[in-house]
Amino acid sequence: MNMTDMTAVQLSAAIRAGETTAVEATEAVLARIEEEDKKYNCYVTVDREGALARAKEVQAQIEAGDLVGPLAGVPVALKDNLCTQGLLTTCSSKILHNFVPTYTAEAVRNLIRAGAVILGKTNMDEFAMGSTTETSAFGPTKNPRNAEHVPGGSSGGSAAAVAAGECVYAIGSDTGGSIRQPASYCGVVGMKPTYGTVSRYGLIAYGSSLDQIGPLTKDVTDCAAVLEVLASHDEKDSTSVTRDDTDFTSALTEDVEGLRIGVPNDYLGEGLDEEVKTAVLQAAEVLEKKGAMVERFDLSLVEYAIPAYYTIAAAEASSNLERFDGVKYGYRTEEYAGLHNMYKKSRSEGFGEEVKRRIMLGSFVLSSGYYDAYYLKALKVKALIKKAFDEAFAKYDIILGPVAPTTAPKLGESLADPIRMYLGDIYTIAVNLAGLPGISVPCGQDSKGLPIGLQMIGDCFQEKKLIRAAYTYELCQKKR
Amino acid sequence: MANVISDETIEYVGILAKLELSDQEKEQAKSDMGRMLDYIDKLGELDTADVEPMSHVFPVQNVFREDVVSNGDDRERLLSNAPQEKDGMFMAPRTFD
Amino acid sequence: MYKEYETVIGLEVHVELATRTKIFCGCSTAFGAEPNTQTCPVCTGMPGSLPVLNRQVLEYAIAVGLATNCDITRYSKFDRKNYFYPDNPQNYQISQLYLPICRNGGVEIETAGGGVKTVGIHEIHMEEDAGKLIHDEWEDCSLVDYNRSGVPLIEIVSEPDMRSAEEVIAYLEKLRLVIQYLGASDCKLQEGSMRADVNLSVREMGTKAFGTRTEMKNLNSFKAITRAIEGERERQIELIEAGESVVQETRRWDDARGESYAMRSKEDAQDYRYFPDPDLTPVSVSDKMLDEIRARQPEFRTEKMKRYKEEFDIPAYDIEIITGEKPLADIFEATVALGSQPKKVSNWLMGETLRLMKEREKDASDLCFSPENLAKLIALTDAKVINSSVAKEVFEVMFEKDIDPEKYVEEKGLKTVNDEGALKKTVEDVIAANPQSVEDYRNGKEKAIGFLVGQTMKAMKGKADPGAVNRMLKELL
Repeated sequence: MNMTDMTAVQLSAAIRAGETTAVEATEAVLARIEEEDKKYNCYVTVDREGALARAKEVQAQIEAGDLVGPLAGVPVALKDNLCTQGLLTTCSSKILHNFVPTYTAEAVRNLIRAGAVILGKTNMDEFAMGSTTETSAFGPTKNPRNAEHVPGGSSGGSAAAVAAGECVYAIGSDTGGSIRQPASYCGVVGMKPTYGTVSRYGLIAYGSSLDQIGPLTKDVTDCAAVLEVLASHDEKDSTSVTRDDTDFTSALTEDVEGLRIGVPNDYLGEGLDEEVKTAVLQAAEVLEKKGAMVERFDLSLVEYAIPAYYTIAAAEASSNLERFDGVKYGYRTEEYAGLHNMYKKSRSEGFGEEVKRRIMLGSFVLSSGYYDAYYLKALKVKALIKKAFDEAFAKYDIILGPVAPTTAPKLGESLADPIRMYLGDIYTIAVNLAGLPGISVPCGQDSKGLPIGLQMIGDCFQEKKLIRAAYTYELCQKKR
Repeated sequence: MANVISDETIEYVGILAKLELSDQEKEQAKSDMGRMLDYIDKLGELDTADVEPMSHVFPVQNVFREDVVSNGDDRERLLSNAPQEKDGMFMAPRTFD
Repeated sequence: MYKEYETVIGLEVHVELATRTKIFCGCSTAFGAEPNTQTCPVCTGMPGSLPVLNRQVLEYAIAVGLATNCDITRYSKFDRKNYFYPDNPQNYQISQLYLPICRNGGVEIETAGGGVKTVGIHEIHMEEDAGKLIHDEWEDCSLVDYNRSGVPLIEIVSEPDMRSAEEVIAYLEKLRLVIQYLGASDCKLQEGSMRADVNLSVREMGTKAFGTRTEMKNLNSFKAITRAIEGERERQIELIEAGESVVQETRRWDDARGESYAMRSKEDAQDYRYFPDPDLTPVSVSDKMLDEIRARQPEFRTEKMKRYKEEFDIPAYDIEIITGEKPLADIFEATVALGSQPKKVSNWLMGETLRLMKEREKDASDLCFSPENLAKLIALTDAKVINSSVAKEVFEVMFEKDIDPEKYVEEKGLKTVNDEGALKKTVEDVIAANPQSVEDYRNGKEKAIGFLVGQTMKAMKGKADPGAVNRMLKELL
């Protein structure tokens, strides 16, 4: 039994059937990390002792019949912006290089209740700002499909860890595509649920109105199973939504008969790599053959999503990141003259370039005299984008398109030109602005052998439709 | 580049954001911010005169907690991350003149 | 020829609400705890923590708004006010700028001339308090205690409608009463549960345009407010007379030195970059919520004064004083409800209670004796079980600690001696021991009997009824 190749649902079933144990599974994955992580740098922190101790505890609970869920005993990797009590949580930033949270994020607590074994914390773009995991203060993560390429970002460590078998599944966060895009680049499944579905309590905020936690998994079945555990109404998060339809695994059916799928022309235009386009359109055909109704349409406003997003996200980030000031936790500069100098030096030395760039932009767009012209304007455009999606979902159940315009770029090619890098988020970003669920499913590879991702977007609370379509597509792929 | 960011603006934003940039970083920041603002200015193409700004996507409102004490003393753990502490308090550079 | 100037004053009043927990987390707001023992990830700005609004804060804010004739904003939001300071753990304060919960209100105050004027209320908004900074001389640094961080505040922003320190005090007294009656806060200036920042400008009498205003902070008493207003008025007039201009700035009042200084710094840009807090949802006030709060509104002072006048035979002055402090009115009503005669209750409050409050520097809200025990004390005096000086003695004990006067009198043996024989014996001894006074009395010096009464009381350790002593003396002389 090669446990590092098994999906979470398969592995848990094997553990619960007594074919293996949580401890053996954890040891196998830890061995894989030991072997592979020097190459890929997926992890910031590997909690070897903690994971093994936890695996023993979980195994005992499984044997006692106290843990029966489909994820019981399975080792998981967490993005390093999820607070874990007693375990270093850095956001891949120097400013939090020594931060040990006093509490655990609600989403992680849900995983623990389901019998998860936490392996450690995965690398990311610093404070989730970036699309390549190259802005990490702890060095870039490399794409396990081709180590000369980036894994995508910001949840690059999580996506790469799944792809490399350095965990069985992973958790990421998605503010503008940060789960879906690395999933696409690494050839795994990633999902950003409807805003409010997973509690943000304990997720170190980047853009609070856009951030959502979600799974990165080996297949759609795991994706549904993990999301089912992550989702919960949390009284500690005011933006958490009460839902009674989070039995996502019930949507794992091979059935797209009559499903109305819209493919936006705007997502197939200039800038889209031909190979990506071909793969995505072929995927649409597969679903059409299975009985879905597929149609091209004009979504509109697509080119406005990026400027609106960067205004809103930068503004929120500039405020969210004010708390990192060298007083309560994290990095404080060695020498300083007075309070404000301490603030400035600690922050300037503690934050990386991209983070500083966004804080500066965010502070500017909120500053006196510019608020209306920039921030308020962006919130109005957000309303228009939401309306465009509402109109689209009046006609279609699912919007289908690429996750990113290209496959994973080479390491070192992206950071030099920030705006070009931001343009790579063009197909994912509007989903966050409108609070919608989106899934990334592998749909082949380009001539260089790099994975291509298919994105499907649903209306609010329509994750089940996405899971059903993704599951159906995945089955067809396997049968081929 | 339509938006030209002055030295004063970068200095001012640095005060707001509590960031101290080197001269080289300042030049970079001026150019980056100018380019980003040019890009953001694209939003001006849209007529939003009759549009309500949308801060929350869903009409979720009136989320309250009841006025009941639910937290105890967590001081020790709270202070465990402090760069400097004294007498159960965080230590910061002096704030009084 | 000196020009005449008019002072224009607006106030920003912060009131700490009397909730059990903080505005956005379940930490206790109780006073006096060890530093940082009433804190959690939310009120210390830990990464990843999120705020959830305390319902009671909203209800208090609305109640104060209704009581001050405000329009209640039906769709209200919270905004972040961004500025760096160590007492502000997130480096932004959650407040309300764009859609405050109450607007366009006003309260009536009495003016010096005996007239009535309305001071407009521009808005009332909800926000969180900051932590406490303590200067450590030894280390030359500041120490931060977040126990107060996140304690709920309302900020009541007046229109620039006041023209003198007297009007300011009258306005503050009015607010204090309304809020105390609501039970929304104890409103103590000294302890900081009510804080007033004074916005002041001067202009030549008769002109319409406002002058440049300054904002004065750190005013911890009515006296400090009065002095600061006088001081700032003079400072601004001097500047203008000297041909200089007033700078719009925030100034800190140093009451000990009797002067203010500007709180300016290059690092203090005063650009708060307000924007709606994405972590909190909007507040929508329904008709039902408003009706419920309205139905719970208490009887306010004006109505109470009117009712007292109709129901109780006590002087107008007593009514004014008693209704002037909610705790006094509460004790008064509860004691009367237990069957005590209103005039007698009023006498205890107006006399001994006020005297001891002044002597021991206590506020009405510090009063600890229960109406039950006050009623018992009055009953003991009515029944002549104790005399009035013993009663005062007992009350002093009750004032410090709410003891049961019946038990106390019993335990300490303070009952008036009603034994005729014992009294006669003592009076005879006193007559025998004071022949000079006896002779004076017999010679028509009526006053001499007072001395003899006193001597008898002393001999009986105060436990006699002075009336009975007087009667007995006259009988035996």
